[in-house]
Amino acid sequence: MNTRPVGEHGLLIELPGIDEVHQLRANLLASHHPGVAEIVAGLRSVLVVVDPARTSVAEFGSFLEDLDVGDVAPPSSRIIDVPVIYDGPDLDEVAKLTDVSADQVVARHQASTYTVAFLGFSAGFAYLLGLDQSLHVPRRTTPRPSVAAGSVAIAGELAAVYPRATPGGWRLLGHTELPVWDLSRDRPALFAPGDTVRFRGVG
Amino acid sequence: MNAVLEVLAVGGLATVQDLGRHGYAHLGVPPSGALDRPSLRLANRLVGNDEGAAAIEILLGGARLRAHTSMWVAVTGAPCGAAMGTPVQLRDGKTLNIGPATEGVATYLAVRGGVDIAPVLGSRSTDLLSGIGALLAAGDHLPIGPQTSYRAMPVDVAPLEPIDSEPILAMRLGPRDDRFTAKALATLTSSTYSVTPVSNRVGLRLEGSPLERRDDTELAPEAMVTGSIQVPPDGQPILFLPDHPTTGGYPVIAVVVDADLRKAGQARPGSTIRFRLAARATATHQ
Repeated sequence: MNTRPVGEHGLLIELPGIDEVHQLRANLLASHHPGVAEIVAGLRSVLVVVDPARTSVAEFGSFLEDLDVGDVAPPSSRIIDVPVIYDGPDLDEVAKLTDVSADQVVARHQASTYTVAFLGFSAGFAYLLGLDQSLHVPRRTTPRPSVAAGSVAIAGELAAVYPRATPGGWRLLGHTELPVWDLSRDRPALFAPGDTVRFRGVG
Repeated sequence: MNAVLEVLAVGGLATVQDLGRHGYAHLGVPPSGALDRPSLRLANRLVGNDEGAAAIEILLGGARLRAHTSMWVAVTGAPCGAAMGTPVQLRDGKTLNIGPATEGVATYLAVRGGVDIAPVLGSRSTDLLSGIGALLAAGDHLPIGPQTSYRAMPVDVAPLEPIDSEPILAMRLGPRDDRFTAKALATLTSSTYSVTPVSNRVGLRLEGSPLERRDDTELAPEAMVTGSIQVPPDGQPILFLPDHPTTGGYPVIAVVVDADLRKAGQARPGSTIRFRLAARATATHQ
């Protein structure tokens, strides 16, 4: 495993793909290392932040080298349908970049079945894998200072729904009224790793 | 009867903050907490609280508050016209005026007993992006915790660390410094960056010599920490503060060391900052 330093207390572990990410994260959680403060999955990496009062990055690095990474239980598989109004400000630009009509962008976005890879960026923000290959477009050159809550967006190979108004550089295709982050719920985050997500055009 | 602090007026952005919400980054929940943690800790110590008690963080604009029942308070951080670095008794019905910060950004008001709102995910810190808490506004009544079980107030006056108006922040390279040209690395440590007005508790949006990449391929989104210096394709760095997104898709060239995060938190829009490499030996384990 290739590792990279992240400040004074972090180590970024690079991995080939999301399956290895889920596997390492599960193994690290199961190991209950007392000095580990955060384990945060990315698409092809896991960040471990250590508590400097209990251990150091160097000590954790040695622990990681000796860690025997084994099989993990498969993630949950709920199916979540997301109703979408396709009125996003970037719809035409995505159509231009992908050389199809805006209607075709909408059709292809709905045709795929997505899987939740991990949560991150902001509270409840789920990174969804499964986007139609023809819709893989780069992020905007300059991120918007604020993207509206419920915005349905794509970037690279990923799709997502913005849970709250946040800065963001993804391309916006539309929006949903379905709350994806709600602190009044037992589980504030609608999406969990392993869930299946489908988008359905409405209105 | 428990004490209440009433907000009469707020000039800038005021929120309740403690030392942050840790262990929820995997749900996308940022750490939040005070921009200038040493100042929050000092304010709490001055009134005999635990260092991590919740206090009020006031950014730039000042505030006016009224005590309901007598209480001890202390003000630290950005100077603001009020008595700084000393415990002050605010008698029942009296008001405390915190003027606009004359330098720096963040002023802290700690109250003996702490701001006693309900914690969410283990912290009382406001996190606007996650919808936890709200900006303080006139008419808010903040409950203050019981004052009986706290320690004695140890000192009458504490010296405040001066606010550095042109700070130099120490950083550690990585995790993605290899995506940038040698010239970009030299630029980052030799040029001056100005703090733009769109900066906030999420991060300082900086403007200066653009940082050039040598690897322009899309980066798979990965986790970030407070202090990360992220570089979007336009080359203008963003220095992430406690309300930062937990993951991002632009490369992080370097991370500011913990000891210098307060300087970033106190950097005013319109001011300038510079970066230097941290000495490798100022270790991880103290």
